[in-house]
Amino acid sequence: MIPLAVLTDIAAELPNAFPPRRTPVPDADADEVMGFFTDATLCIGCKACEVACKQWNQLPADGLEFTGYSYDNTKHLGATTWRHVAFKEKITPDFGKWLMVSDVCKHCAAAPCQQSCPTGSIVYNEFGSVYVQPDICNGCGYCVVACPFGVIDRSMIDGHAHKCTLCFDRQTEGMEPACAKSCPTDSIQFGPIKQLRERARERVERLHEQGRADAYLYGADSVGDYGPLHSFFLLEDHPHEYNLPVAPPQPLRNQAPRYAAGLAVGAALAAVAAFVFGRAARAAP
Amino acid sequence: MPGLGASFGRGAATNYQQDLANSDCVLFMGSNMAEAHPVGFRWPLKAQARGAKLIHVDPRFTRTSAMCDVFVPIRVGSDIAFLGGLINYVLTHERHFAEFVLAYTNAATIVEDEFRDTEDLGGVFSGYDPKGREYEPAKGGWGYQGSEAEGKARKGGTTAHPTGYRQRKAGGGSHGMHGYGLMGGASSHGQPRKNATDVPGGCHRDETLQHPKCAFQLLKKHYARYTPEAVAEVCGCAPEQVVRVAELLCQNSGRDRTGMIVYAVGWTQHTTGVQIIRAAGILQLLLGNVGRPGGGVMAMRGHASIQGSTDIPTLYDLLPGYLPQPAADKGHENLDEYVGHEGLPTGYWANTKKFVVSLMKAWYGEAATARNHYRWKWLPRIDRDYSQLPFFRDMAQGKVKGYFLLGQNPAGGGPNAGLHREGLRNLDWLVVMDWFLTDSANFWKDAPDGPPPQGVKTEVFFFPAAAAPEKEGSFTNTQRLLQWHDKALDPPGDCRSDAWLVYNLGKKLKALYRGSRKAKDQSLLHLTWDYEFDEPPHLPDGTPSLIAGEPDVSKVLQEINGHSLTETDPSTGKPKLLSGFAELKDDGTTACGCWIYSGVFPAYGRNRARDRERTDNPVEPDWGWAWPHNRRVMYNRCSADPDGKPWSERKKLLWWDEQQHKWVGPDQPDFPPDTPPHYRPPPDATGMDAIGGAAPFIMKPDGLGWLFAPGPAKDGPFPTHYEPVESPVGNLFYPRQPDSPTTRYFEGPLNRIAHRPTPEYPVVACTFRLTEHYLSGPMSRFNSWLNELQPEMFVELSPELAADRGIEHGGWLVVRSPRGAIEARAMVTRRLRPLRVQGQTVHQIGIPFHWGYAGETVGAVANDLTSLVADPNVSMHEGKVFVCQVTAGRLDGPAPRRPTEPFAPWPTRAAVPDTPRAAQPEGHLT
Repeated sequence: MIPLAVLTDIAAELPNAFPPRRTPVPDADADEVMGFFTDATLCIGCKACEVACKQWNQLPADGLEFTGYSYDNTKHLGATTWRHVAFKEKITPDFGKWLMVSDVCKHCAAAPCQQSCPTGSIVYNEFGSVYVQPDICNGCGYCVVACPFGVIDRSMIDGHAHKCTLCFDRQTEGMEPACAKSCPTDSIQFGPIKQLRERARERVERLHEQGRADAYLYGADSVGDYGPLHSFFLLEDHPHEYNLPVAPPQPLRNQAPRYAAGLAVGAALAAVAAFVFGRAARAAP
Repeated sequence: MPGLGASFGRGAATNYQQDLANSDCVLFMGSNMAEAHPVGFRWPLKAQARGAKLIHVDPRFTRTSAMCDVFVPIRVGSDIAFLGGLINYVLTHERHFAEFVLAYTNAATIVEDEFRDTEDLGGVFSGYDPKGREYEPAKGGWGYQGSEAEGKARKGGTTAHPTGYRQRKAGGGSHGMHGYGLMGGASSHGQPRKNATDVPGGCHRDETLQHPKCAFQLLKKHYARYTPEAVAEVCGCAPEQVVRVAELLCQNSGRDRTGMIVYAVGWTQHTTGVQIIRAAGILQLLLGNVGRPGGGVMAMRGHASIQGSTDIPTLYDLLPGYLPQPAADKGHENLDEYVGHEGLPTGYWANTKKFVVSLMKAWYGEAATARNHYRWKWLPRIDRDYSQLPFFRDMAQGKVKGYFLLGQNPAGGGPNAGLHREGLRNLDWLVVMDWFLTDSANFWKDAPDGPPPQGVKTEVFFFPAAAAPEKEGSFTNTQRLLQWHDKALDPPGDCRSDAWLVYNLGKKLKALYRGSRKAKDQSLLHLTWDYEFDEPPHLPDGTPSLIAGEPDVSKVLQEINGHSLTETDPSTGKPKLLSGFAELKDDGTTACGCWIYSGVFPAYGRNRARDRERTDNPVEPDWGWAWPHNRRVMYNRCSADPDGKPWSERKKLLWWDEQQHKWVGPDQPDFPPDTPPHYRPPPDATGMDAIGGAAPFIMKPDGLGWLFAPGPAKDGPFPTHYEPVESPVGNLFYPRQPDSPTTRYFEGPLNRIAHRPTPEYPVVACTFRLTEHYLSGPMSRFNSWLNELQPEMFVELSPELAADRGIEHGGWLVVRSPRGAIEARAMVTRRLRPLRVQGQTVHQIGIPFHWGYAGETVGAVANDLTSLVADPNVSMHEGKVFVCQVTAGRLDGPAPRRPTEPFAPWPTRAAVPDTPRAAQPEGHLT
């Protein structure tokens, strides 16, 4: 007889049964999990992070287009743009706000891109960050539609999916990611995610004391019912103003109902078939 | 920079950038620090995190404004009115730091009776000569009462100098005057010659500050009309905003708190720039924000090492260390006359002869002796203004044959760039040394306004330049800090360092003239010119450098530091290097290439600019080396009260230790280290002995900060609001005197000026910088990673102006000024707003000056619109403000060539040899 405990374990692993997971999903609170804390109240929009990222990772420029979106000519993250500084002008006659924040892959604790990858190309590496192995990626693009933040993208140059690696190569050599290194105002901070969360909460408290009551953390714990992000933000306005979803959808949630629906449809079809063919068989001589 | 010199004594930022973190309030004005100096901006943000208030006063809402607690929009060119309003607020509400003002400024000093203010004379000071458009300070009574110069001037009836030399009457405005101005010491006017503080029979003082001719009362009277309402009317802001800024500054000044003012080229590039900076100096002196932690005036420099290139000058009118270049018409005939004329009997400039003699020994070695006056005659004399603006005007008239451009791009970055290109077209030859073929290297074929290439006679020689990692050397940054950088690798191909070109050119010239007996060739033949490496140079990885003929620039720094000609270094047998300028001698036994840098290389193998040691000392004295003498906060004697005790525990930096009988604290004292606070100089004292123990500004002859500047600024002892040369409104304060009375004009068909408000040009334009590009683009517009961030030339304007002219956001517009017209994309944004000025609506536009016709991205040259005018002190142009008209649409005629292929083959995927895996390009995008 199979013990009950083993059965429950198997049941718990079922959501991971397909597509196959090549690496374990790290405990989000583990000490070795690294991440980013991006503080929008300190971002001066210099875009040093964008240039440092492209320079370190040897990513090509994506075109020379004047967009007219304030000072944002990068537009969005993509296969060859792993940091993107967003600008939003909110100017009224008596008060001016010019929101700036450096957007990046969120390195979700439960990453839909990783969950949707059929080849196992997307893994959690030893630093707890979501990492794409381009040599395994088959370019199916499931991850692109799965990401609720519009981060990961397929390259038109090589056909593989690419996004921020959290400078995996630098981390293995004990260096911090290029963007955090180049950020002049410490708007981008890198470190063990547990420490970053603590530091960020203190910063929010301090800002509240100084009368900046709008400051809050986005993604430090969880966003709506979406899990915590290993790259979280300190914002001072509605997430929409920074192009961030208030309630990012978690595609995996749809998996069980869709499996159930699929099984139900299958069962129903089987029943219909059995009925139709059974009658036919009975009717046959 | 002379603005700071006139107030404090030295033309350099008073504090270090990290010190901004210690401020309780920072006023950014004439500076867009977050965009133009993003790395240093971390320090004001650190202050803000502690609770400090950040204020931005600027025509445009910029990325700096976005980070500040208070933003006040003002009209371009109304800075003095705004600062005058702040000064007026401080004085009328008696919010000044009374003890500080009385002890450390010349508030109590009484000015000559003949002096008349702009308030009395309708916009000019006494002593104005309308024909020569300049001031004669001696005639106008700008001196102190009771000073020696005043006495002699009276007796002799001429504009006498204490040394007895007659002044040039007119034409003082014809040369620039960086030398005097920057250090604020020597001056050709009747100005204080004695320590005013304590010398009986010296300058007259009124310690109650009530005398109608004392500097304090004159200041009060001068700014009495700068009320918040009047200022708001001129600046286009609200009166409450003036009061709010003034209140914040006052609340954050005093014994326990300090505030800083940060400016950059937004202040300097005006015909009144020196006076704007003076106004900031006066305000900080009144508030007691000088020489203290978090208190001072930060001059943010516009280029890498531009501080260094005024210290060791690339300016025509300066010798190293802010010694004036000898002039043909100023009694500089022999060395002693020069020293008598330019030195001062009291204060640190009493050592002028030591500086000059040591400089001549450094340049001419054994050929310079006391008998031949250290070859003083070999130095070229200036006889007029050879600064860039008049020089290029002459070039455009065909008067100049050849020109060297090393790291400069006048075809795109010069004011009235069209005139600059015309100048280049009239040369016989031009040498350009740069990383890329810049606008100035390509002007003969690519400039849209030029004739076809065969119509340009100039022969252009292009030398590819080495980049910073490919050569060693030092940068002197905004806080006077020298930082050495080593060479990481050899430059590729034919690229060479600038030093290589200059050194080898010098060697070739010396060889060509060898044997000449002509007197005019002797200075070249005897110039010390030996900077060969002792051993073949090696790269950091141990391989020998493959570049031949590179000079050893550390030997240049050793020459600048100076050495003894009598003592030898025991370990090397070479001449002993000097440990600082205190060791300099005037008898020819020391050589020193720049006295203020002395001490940077105190021993062989000990280059202090190369120090990178972090300590727990807050001023970080072992990171690089700052002139003078590694002092990080200048005038830091001010951080203690007259008795030598810190003003407060929170703001202590330097104090008198009775036991040790010296000044102690984290910083090096900018003061004689063992002069006690209660020292009072005897009446006949000279040099540093004449500076009292409570006189912190040691470069000043009276040791005091100058509220009233008897010199050296050529445009008046008090900053006064004048409209820019081109303005859509008149001068509200002085209707008969719209622009500064001492502005110099260079008018001609290529440089037209709209002197009066005209409906033809109703819009005010302001040029500005973006973080994403650098200057006119010669370093940034060839890099795809930067170009994609700001790919096209645009112009910022308000929705109101855009609606009025039918301009669409993202569409095209044309900007026309009296000098030219450009087209650009329209950036319609609420960050610019129309202002109400004197009852009329004034529209302002912002124009980035980063584009040109060379590079991966090309666009209109903003400087085609700016004018060639000059301020009287430093020949600074007024690129920051001019009038224009804005219309929708595009220009007729050919648009600039649009390159289709990236210039730089990024990204590279080649492996980098001997480099760890992490530093290798990933190369996965094949």
